[in-house]
Amino acid sequence: MLDKMHILICGGPECRNSKSKQIRDKFNEEIKRLNLGDDIKTILTGCFGLCALGPHVLIYPGEKLYSGITLDDIPEIVEQHIAKGKPVERLLFKGVFDRTKFKNRSELTFFAKQERVALRNCGIINPLDINEYIARDGYEALGKVVTELTPQETIDEMKKSGLRGRGGGGFPTGLKWEFASKSVSDQKYVICNADEGDPGAFMDRAVLEGDPHSVLEAMAICGYAIGANTGYIYIRAEYPVAVERLQIAIDQARELELLGKNIFNSGFDFDIEIRLGAGAFVCGEETALIASIEGERGMPRKKPPYPAVKGLFGQPTNVNNVETFANVPPIFLKGSDWFRSIGTEKSPGTKVFALGGKIANTGLLEVPMGTTLREVIYEIGGGIPNKRKFKAAQTGGPSGGCITEESLDTPIDFDNLVKLGSMMGSGGMIVMDEDNCMVDVARFYLEFTVEESCGKCTPCREGTKRMLDILNRICEGNGTLEDLDVLERLANMIKDSSLCGLGQTAPNPVLSTLKHFRDEYEAHVIDKVCPAGVCSNLTKDLVLDNCIGCTKCARNCPVDAITGKVKEKHYINTDICISCGACKAACPVNAISTKPEDWEAYNG
Amino acid sequence: MKTLEELKKLREESYKKMYMRGMTQGIRVQVGYGTCGIAAGAKPVYDTFVSEVESLKLNNVEVTKVGCMGECAFEPIVEIVESNGSKTIYCLVTDRIASEIVEEHIVKGNRIDKYLLSKIKR
Repeated sequence: MLDKMHILICGGPECRNSKSKQIRDKFNEEIKRLNLGDDIKTILTGCFGLCALGPHVLIYPGEKLYSGITLDDIPEIVEQHIAKGKPVERLLFKGVFDRTKFKNRSELTFFAKQERVALRNCGIINPLDINEYIARDGYEALGKVVTELTPQETIDEMKKSGLRGRGGGGFPTGLKWEFASKSVSDQKYVICNADEGDPGAFMDRAVLEGDPHSVLEAMAICGYAIGANTGYIYIRAEYPVAVERLQIAIDQARELELLGKNIFNSGFDFDIEIRLGAGAFVCGEETALIASIEGERGMPRKKPPYPAVKGLFGQPTNVNNVETFANVPPIFLKGSDWFRSIGTEKSPGTKVFALGGKIANTGLLEVPMGTTLREVIYEIGGGIPNKRKFKAAQTGGPSGGCITEESLDTPIDFDNLVKLGSMMGSGGMIVMDEDNCMVDVARFYLEFTVEESCGKCTPCREGTKRMLDILNRICEGNGTLEDLDVLERLANMIKDSSLCGLGQTAPNPVLSTLKHFRDEYEAHVIDKVCPAGVCSNLTKDLVLDNCIGCTKCARNCPVDAITGKVKEKHYINTDICISCGACKAACPVNAISTKPEDWEAYNG
Repeated sequence: MKTLEELKKLREESYKKMYMRGMTQGIRVQVGYGTCGIAAGAKPVYDTFVSEVESLKLNNVEVTKVGCMGECAFEPIVEIVESNGSKTIYCLVTDRIASEIVEEHIVKGNRIDKYLLSKIKR
């Protein structure tokens, strides 16, 4: 016989605290009392996800959701809804956006659109107190792994989860662990790469500051899987707060014997030490990082041999990024199938992005892979301030490229971003609007790589410098069309012949802006105009007719080049103007233009 | 700690300590204390909460430092978790606003709408 009605009662941990078992018993009791028959089933389910309003009861058919009910409400629900088919309106769930009924936090699109795995505890627990981490299932994954799984089973679970390295490359983490475990040696190492150097990226810092124990736990799991008993966290000294909290976390874990000898009586020993980086971007490259820990100058070396075979002090070593590690404990707690259910087929899970640049909600967000850039920028990020138009988003920092408006609806994952000529990178995302000059942006990133090039191989050391010279020339107005070809040739040469990832990806910002914004380069070279009004040698400002005469521009001009009366259109004296852009930034109605087409209309 | 049972016991104790204090008897004040928060001035805010709570002898209020919540542009951020499960997020908090929150929200129970993250003009 088919069941007439199903009563689903949330049995998640939060609701369990609010007595879901008693609720089920009460339902059964009431149904029996009213003789409503056996074809009504009561079922305890998993968490509904709206834990703050629990306990929840969902009644099928009709999919009516009751929230926050008490034992006293149950007779009414049974009599009215189940017996007579009239839902009790008073107790029905009122919807997420009803302010009076729902908690403040999830009302905000910023949080509602996110799915937090790596950042699950950030902003919720006290990072200085190991007990709060344990209260949120901390160290249970480690306990389960070392007591219930063999190292090979641990690696298999990791491989099944499909987790890919979050540091940028996207290499499958399980495979990496397997390589290290297969190398035979009596001493192996686990390294956590916390040398986060991309300009505008701060995901790893947030994890280390907000939830340091998740990284420690994951490193111990990794150590168990590959057969290592020492771990190093290589973190930049520029993150003093993170360093301090990590040390406190390590001390607390040692005190509870969650690090140290014979963890969970399994015979497995593991301990972690912190090593500080002195601030070199190239030390984010794993072989340079290893050299730095060994006390050598931080320079990359040829691969192979890979660190999994010959790494720290010549021993097999596994290097993973902070965010990768932060994803590990939930995978072992909830299973690889759960992890696979998030994100896309080839890139499961979530990704943390540090959103910066011309965006309303500068900050940190975590979305499932496969979310489109449009959702990230316009819905979670809150769009672009001051009514400016979106031009491009730069992902992957100095190694990445630009994504233009046409590609805004591409689902973000490792492979799609590479197809678009950019890369995931560590997750920095800089949003640019029409006031950003793409030649200048390329120059900014190249300046960074020129500074950070370690100098070991010639293409990177000399080539990037020559490229920067050309870009400087273009921005000053002395560029030629031939320069663009040389730029492209040099870029491809550096890409093909550099030793490490830094050099191989350093030309990407230039190549990607050349590909998508060649017209802007040509405007700089042929017309000697910077359309965005950034390169001051090539900029002429013009007040448009929609000027409201608020005088803000005149008051902000450092050289008094702007004249005009209140409530009348203002004028810029281009002989005095130094093209600093102060007026443009001050204008409330966007009436100051540097665009060549506006100049043509004005002159013509 | 040597067994999973011990871990589970500690978890339950900590869970009670963490949430029972916040959710059935009192209020948990979470001050965003990542680098972004500290740079924006979370320290005077945290200190104000601690001293106000102490001077008013509010035994049911726990002030805690937490990590970055993600909305770095609007730090310092303070989240008030209450016994009825409501979570209120205040943003761009200063020490003056912090004392106001203690007086109005924590003592009298009135949410101060103008400082809410959802109300702020972006």
